[in-house]
Parts: sequence; structure tokens; C-alpha cells
Amino acid sequence: MRYAGRWRSRITLGVPAAAALLLLVVPLVTLLLRAEWARIPSDLATPNVLPALRLSLTTTSSTAVLCLILGTPLAWFLARSEHRTTGWVRALLTVPLVLPPVVGGVALLMAWGRTGLVGQHLTPLGIQIPFTTVAVVLAETFVAMPYYVLAVEGAMRGLDPRLESVARTLGASDMRYLRTVAIPLVLPGIASGLALAWARALGEFGATITFAGNFQGRTQTLPLLVYVELERDPQIAISISIMLLAVSVLVLGVLRGRWLR
Amino acid sequence: MSLAHPAPARRRLLPVVVAAFAAVLLAGCGSAPSSADGTGQRGWSDASAAPLQGTVTVLAAASLTESFDQLKNDFERAHPGVTVETSYGSSSTLVQQVDNGAPASVIALAGTAAAEPLDKSLVKDTKNFATNVLEIAVPPSNPAGITSIDDLAKAGVKVVVCADTVPCGKAAHATFTKARIVPNVVSKEVDVKAALAKVKLAEADAAIVYHSDVVAAKDAVTGVPIERRYNTTLHYPVITLADDAASRAFVAYLLSETGLATVQSFGFGAP
Repeated sequence: MRYAGRWRSRITLGVPAAAALLLLVVPLVTLLLRAEWARIPSDLATPNVLPALRLSLTTTSSTAVLCLILGTPLAWFLARSEHRTTGWVRALLTVPLVLPPVVGGVALLMAWGRTGLVGQHLTPLGIQIPFTTVAVVLAETFVAMPYYVLAVEGAMRGLDPRLESVARTLGASDMRYLRTVAIPLVLPGIASGLALAWARALGEFGATITFAGNFQGRTQTLPLLVYVELERDPQIAISISIMLLAVSVLVLGVLRGRWLR
Repeated sequence: MSLAHPAPARRRLLPVVVAAFAAVLLAGCGSAPSSADGTGQRGWSDASAAPLQGTVTVLAAASLTESFDQLKNDFERAHPGVTVETSYGSSSTLVQQVDNGAPASVIALAGTAAAEPLDKSLVKDTKNFATNVLEIAVPPSNPAGITSIDDLAKAGVKVVVCADTVPCGKAAHATFTKARIVPNVVSKEVDVKAALAKVKLAEADAAIVYHSDVVAAKDAVTGVPIERRYNTTLHYPVITLADDAASRAFVAYLLSETGLATVQSFGFGAP
């Protein structure tokens, strides 16, 4: 009886588990099956794809740099602060994580657009952000920064608080402590955070097409090109998708080595 | 607490971030507009006896949004047993969705050229029902002072058009060529309503859209006509994909005097 009961529960749990796995795996495998592997190198070298590839690389790198120089100090403040507001700031940071990216794009337009809250004061200065590469970087940073800050904050919380006390008694400033003690120790966390933020920026679609528009060489990143090419030449869209899939798997592989041991 | 043993906060937080990230990465690369759901399958059983019943799934070009919303309401009021489900997008997206098996009873496209990639084995019938011409949409304040198509080529004017893959983008390209101008295009949007939205938000100085879009946008934009010799006229076909009575009735209603009048009241020309 006991034996049969165990098998029954195995099956009741195993069927939905297998279905869940299939739901995730089948589309990815199909994508690989639909690919014409011999065509991929030439597909990726077409005049449509190269500008998008270049743009995606420059904007995601800029996003990573912005995360590094702006996000690291924020992560540090969050990690050391015991203040009640810290919890609120952290909660606020997670909003872009779960927000539909297209909503992020609308919000960015409302803020930085020509008639937007901030943008209307930039227009007289001759600065207009929508439809520029800067807009792409802003959109990517908007969605990617939270990943970086939360990852680095987590790493910094793991630091022994006595290190900071010791550094302080030795007369080190916050800046010096960060530079010589904290950052070297959390370097793996920073690297993981950067990889995470970079990959998220690479996949950005909704906020970019809403806020930055779609123009070759200026705002058309790889995901936008996939969307447009699917109507012109689906095979090119598949080839780019496979490249993006490979990059995603690569990044996850790197992260796995760091975190999911 | 030593460095070798990270704080619990880190252990808790990071896997969550990884999982969230993985989900976003896999889901975030594409956000194709969802097609209508599966209630209006092709080959709906033929119910010749009145009253009409069932679901008609209509895929229509983005420029038809307002007129087809009206047609849907009028048709449903006349046939309480029928539900009309509409889905709007660029004609090229819709054709691609149908070719990939999206359930659709009727598809209405911006221009006959858009129908070319459509799988001909699915087509039961094709009829043109309207025409449309291009028009320049500018914000009501007209910040760039646009009065003719030549003004689009002035320095610093931000022009938004549709993507080269969709009918309004192809037509805009043809019109620029005829007018021999090279405007400062800042974005190629996925469909005509997306291009119009950039003007509604006053982010762009001008967008090349259809006359019907300017009419439908009412006070939100101002239209600047394009001279006939430069303009491009599109003939809108309605293509029947399903054989059921309700779908045929919907197409017949669209092609009736009342239906055509409805479409024309939104700025379209006679077929």
C-alpha cells in the first residue's frame, strides 16, 4: 500500500513538473532546430545587423559603466545603513525589476521627453534625449541598475563590519575604505552584478522602443532588430536570436560559477 | 561573522535575483503583440440557419483601429449572438501571425502589397473596401512650422515614420522619393499608431501617417496634406479566411453601403 501510494504521488507531482519543464525547454529547442546554422555567420554580417550589434555593444557597455560608478556607492549606502528609509529605498529599487519594461519607457518619456518634467528644461539648452543613443542608455540603465545595486549590496552586506571599524580607527575616510578594502573584497559580487546588469540591458526591448524609438545605427538595438526582421526575413531574426540566446547562456554560466556552486 | 561565511542576507537575496533575471532575460527579448485567443478557429462549422452565432476574429491594420471598433459594435448590436474579436497591428505583423497559425476569420490590410506574403491556401475571398492616402501629422502647436512636405527636409526637424517592413513605412519611402527629399528621420516605428503617438506626445515634429489617422486623432494632432503628385494611395483589402456564416456576414456588412459609410466616416476613401 505504502509503495503504491508513493508511486501515485510521484506521478501526480511528476506530470506537472515535466509539463513545466517542457513549457520552458520546447521553445528554446525549437529555436535551435529552426536555425540554419551555416547561414548564421553571414546573417550576422549583413548591413542591417552590424549597426545593431555595434549599438548594442556600446550602449550595454555604457550601461555597465554607469552601474559601476553610480550603483556601487548606492549599494554601499544601502548595505551599511540601518535607517528605516533604507528598506523603502530598496523596495523602490525593486520596482523596475518587476515593472513591465514598456511602462518604464512611458515613465522615461514623461520624465526626459521634450515636454517631460525634466526634459522641458533641457530643450531650451538644445538637449533633446528621445530618439538618441543616450535615450537607449537611459532605458537600459533604468532596467539594469536595480540588478547591479541589489547584487553588490548583497555582497557588501557579507563584509565583516569590524573591517570598517578597524579602517576608521586607522584614520581611513569612507572613500579610502571603499577603495582599498571593501571594493577589492566584493569584486566577485561586482563582477556578477555587472554581468547581470549587462545581460539585462542587452535584452532590453520595451523601454527602448517606447522611449528611444527605432532607428538603424542610432537606437535600433539587437532585440528591436529581431522584432523588425521577423517580418522581413525571419531567418535573420532567428540567427540573431540564437546569438542572443548563446550570450545569455554564457552569462548564466559565468554567474553559476560564482553563485550557484 | 567572518568573510568566509557570507551573511544570510546575501544567500537569500542572490538566488532570487538570479531567478528573476533569468525569467526576464528569457521573456524580455521579444514582446510581439498577442494575437486574438483561440475562440474563433478557422473552419468554424457552417451555421446557415439564422440567427447568426459564434465568434468572428478580425485582424486589422493599425490604421483601421477606430473604424473597425465602430464596425464591431454596430455588427454585434445587429447580431447579438455573434462576438467580434478584434486585434490591431501592422499589416506585416498580422500577415506573419496568420501564416504562423494565428486563428483569424477575417484580415483587413493596409494596401494590397501587404497581402502578398499571406499563405494563399488560407484565402477564401479578397475584396478591396477602402483607400487611404498619406498625410503629415504635426503637434497642434506645430513647433517646427511645417506647412508642406518640403519642410520635412529642413535642418533639425524630427520626423517619425513607420518601419520599412510595414505598409505606411513603404508608402512614406515612396513619397519621399517622389518628392526628392531626405528628411531627418529619427525613428521608424513598428506601426502607424506608434508613429502617431510620438507626435501626440509632441516628441516628434512630424510623422508620416494616413489621412484616416489624422481624422481619428481628432484634436490631438494637426494634419498637413501631401500633394497628390507625391502622395501614395493604398487600397485596403479585406480577406476572408473562415467559411462560417458569421464571418461571411461580417465581411458582407463591411462591404455594404452602411459598412463602407462607417469606414469612410473615419477619413478613408471609397474603394
